[in-house]
Amino acid sequence: MADDGRTFDAAATEAVLSGKAAQRDLLRFLTCGSVDDGKSTLIGRILYDSKLIFEDQLKSLERDSKARGRAGGALDLSLLVDGLQAEREQGITIDVAWRYFTTDRRKFIVADTPGHEQYTRNMATGASNAELAVLLVDARKGVLVQTRRHATIARLMGLRHVVLAVNKMDLVGYDQATFEAIRADFVDFARRIDLPEPVCIPVSALMGDNVVNRGDGMPWYDGPTLLPYLEEVDVVQDSVSAPFRFPVQWVNRPNLDFRGYCGTVASGVVRPGDRIVVNPSGRPTTVARVVDFSGDREQAAAGESVTLTLADEVDVARGDVISPADARPQVADQVAAHIVWMSEEPLYPERGYLLKIGHATVPAQVTEIKHRLDVNTQAKLAAKRLDLNEVAYCNLSLGRPVPFDPYEDNRTTGGFILIDRATNHTVGCGMIAFGLRRAANIHWQALEVDKAARAHQKHQRPCVLWFTGLSGAGKSTVANLVEKRLLAMGHHSYILDGDNVRHGLNRDLGFTPEDRVENIRRVAEVARLFVDAGLIVLVSFISPYRAERQLAREKVADGEFLEVFVDAPLAVCEQRDPKGLYRKARAGQIKNFTGIDSDYEPPEAPELHLRTDQASPDELADEIVQALRARGMLK
Amino acid sequence: MTVDQKDRPGETSVSGRLTHLQRLEAESIHIIREVVAEVRKPVMLYSIGKDSSVMLHLARKAFAPGPLPFPLMHIDTTWKFREMITFRDATARELGLDLIVHINEDGVREGVGPISHGSGVHTDVMKTQALKQALTRHGFDAAFGGARRDEEASRAKERVFSFRTGTHKWDPRNQRPELWSLYNGRIKTGESIRAFPLSNWTELDVWQYILQENIPVVPLYFAKPRPVIQYNGMWIMVDDDRLPIPDGAAPAMKSVRFRTLGCYPLTGAVESKASTVAEVVAEMLNSRTSERAGRAIDHDQAGSMELKKRDGYF
Repeated sequence: MADDGRTFDAAATEAVLSGKAAQRDLLRFLTCGSVDDGKSTLIGRILYDSKLIFEDQLKSLERDSKARGRAGGALDLSLLVDGLQAEREQGITIDVAWRYFTTDRRKFIVADTPGHEQYTRNMATGASNAELAVLLVDARKGVLVQTRRHATIARLMGLRHVVLAVNKMDLVGYDQATFEAIRADFVDFARRIDLPEPVCIPVSALMGDNVVNRGDGMPWYDGPTLLPYLEEVDVVQDSVSAPFRFPVQWVNRPNLDFRGYCGTVASGVVRPGDRIVVNPSGRPTTVARVVDFSGDREQAAAGESVTLTLADEVDVARGDVISPADARPQVADQVAAHIVWMSEEPLYPERGYLLKIGHATVPAQVTEIKHRLDVNTQAKLAAKRLDLNEVAYCNLSLGRPVPFDPYEDNRTTGGFILIDRATNHTVGCGMIAFGLRRAANIHWQALEVDKAARAHQKHQRPCVLWFTGLSGAGKSTVANLVEKRLLAMGHHSYILDGDNVRHGLNRDLGFTPEDRVENIRRVAEVARLFVDAGLIVLVSFISPYRAERQLAREKVADGEFLEVFVDAPLAVCEQRDPKGLYRKARAGQIKNFTGIDSDYEPPEAPELHLRTDQASPDELADEIVQALRARGMLK
Repeated sequence: MTVDQKDRPGETSVSGRLTHLQRLEAESIHIIREVVAEVRKPVMLYSIGKDSSVMLHLARKAFAPGPLPFPLMHIDTTWKFREMITFRDATARELGLDLIVHINEDGVREGVGPISHGSGVHTDVMKTQALKQALTRHGFDAAFGGARRDEEASRAKERVFSFRTGTHKWDPRNQRPELWSLYNGRIKTGESIRAFPLSNWTELDVWQYILQENIPVVPLYFAKPRPVIQYNGMWIMVDDDRLPIPDGAAPAMKSVRFRTLGCYPLTGAVESKASTVAEVVAEMLNSRTSERAGRAIDHDQAGSMELKKRDGYF
């Protein structure tokens, strides 16, 4: 704690008051090496020699070094960067640990990744957000299989700056020839895998040579020492001069006068007046304003989180990518990509996953594993499946076309994750090489008459009102009243009613579980077409299962699906029994009747929740019209 | 393509290179928006401290010119500094925030407090259990927290999106890898997400940002003469008459401030003369102790934070 009456360091105070301290930039790097290469000791050494260890941390370090240090009671600097209890006890690190330190020149974020068998997954994770990798090798062992693996993954993840730290030089007598041989070996390998020229530094993390201070051990070395190099290296890729890319994250519509598209600029620069297109629709327009918290800006550049407004009322949804009209991303529903598999459950071709790229999440499957890449030998092998930590070059098929850039050109618009549909876990990541169809560079020509145009003509925004609830809850009653009100106001709508649809479109379907699913699928497809036609669609279906309602929701764009839970206690519904169905079900004349011998799964977060036992149908219909108005559906 | 000369603070400079605070800010805004886009019912936990002040400021930036699309929630242990409560209510009023205050009434009925029951029981009942109660009661499926990875060793591996089971448990072995800025916010019914937009910030970053953005914080962060007494080697402020004064001891007036804020009997003051944000930052740059040294709750044993987290503590 500060001593009473302590005076502040004059230079530091001056730096703060002049604002200089806030003008540092940021370097994210990752450290990788095998067990015992001394990664944790190296980071600990940087922190210790840069005097970045607090007094209370030093005290617990001294205590811990005596209790379980591996330095014979002397300070074990690796303990500074160990984390969870379990791995402390096992003496290994089991995941990516993040470290932060700040010098006078830069703030650093360090991803410390471990060296055991889960390495590929962890290193890919750490590398995805890093601008530079520090690879450690043991001077006694030189470039090993795992060194080549680290370099291969760094290359795969698109790192353009690699430092080879040849550690434990103290154990080879600080011998220059040993270092030069390792350097030549690694530079040769880097060239073979097309990795940018690495910087090689001989260090001793244990003794502190060439880490922060130069030390006495290696007077023959006149290159940069590690920390000063990290403070100076210029890693700002020319992401500002790359074509503008703006993945739309969130549509901000706080009131009728403002409609903005929020996101982080992935690359390039945007200014008001720029001619842009919305991808994948291909619809052109102009940037009206670039907005942030303090108001209008003259521009926004790569890395900044801002909000754009557009000159024309075009359809833009989360997941779209805004780009210049003359430098568009590719759009395709089939791509070739490298995949790193991160799950214990293997990847099999043709199995369905979800793929998230930018802010778009689409169904995806690997249609073909072209080859598996052995990251140790760089050999290309045949494979029928991918196991944990394996890397492969694959073809993928997506549920719909998405905008993207090759990962080599843009890490933000070219990288994706794969999600298991059942567990929701992130099971893999991928880097797109290119789109597979010749049509990849032929952009969707926006149709002259589209959904927005049709809706505009009707002075409304199309949507689906999906009424779900028990038989007799009042779905059709309320839906009919809503449609009457809409008609009276001059709006265009259509009701899809469960019973009526079964008389025609779905008359080939019965009430088995499979037929129920198909029944809902068809109705959802029809609702989607009607939305495309610009209509407000009222669907009145018991639709007892959450999964099916979710399926219907996914058919239309975000914000176009309003789940209306028409809720009344079973006893009330049974008492109403408008069609006499409950009586028949109770008498055993109808099987699989929802609420009696078949479950109803109530919505968890419906957009509207109507209690028909507590309010009149007219009141509830008014509530729905009010909700449509509040959401900007009615103009 | 070159970028124009910057014409006002906070905008891109000539090289397009952002300062570390600009990059941290953009990343946090990105995270906050992503949670709102991916879940159904988020809430922002508001602890009234400096980190919460920064998180709230970032959230307002994320959705400007619109209002926050989620409520704030404060878990009130009934032992917070009085100035914190005053600041909380004034902030909510001035910014027009939807603020939920939750108190574990069971704990109040049983008279649970840090002095009578010790920090462990008090924190568990009035904070951890209270938080779980409130999240369950309101059905929130995501909660923003202001925790930073640099605060404590077990947090260094915490994800930005941290997944909790239906009983709010955290399993360190069952968390999702996070690549690039692609966050996977898909959860099953009953599961929830704790999201940490300030993961990559350090204490110094937080203060520099408060300075740069002129963000209001509780005056307790600034030094002034306050009545304090020594407890277990810490200076504890006598904030009300619930704090027992040992026989023969008398509160001393000392120029102190707080590096973290919590329940006043558990929060140690540091002697300091730093009475402005700039002086606090200058003191930080010279500081030789980590901020949690002033918290009674982490000191029990090494790794104690991890044990609390597994049980649902933030």
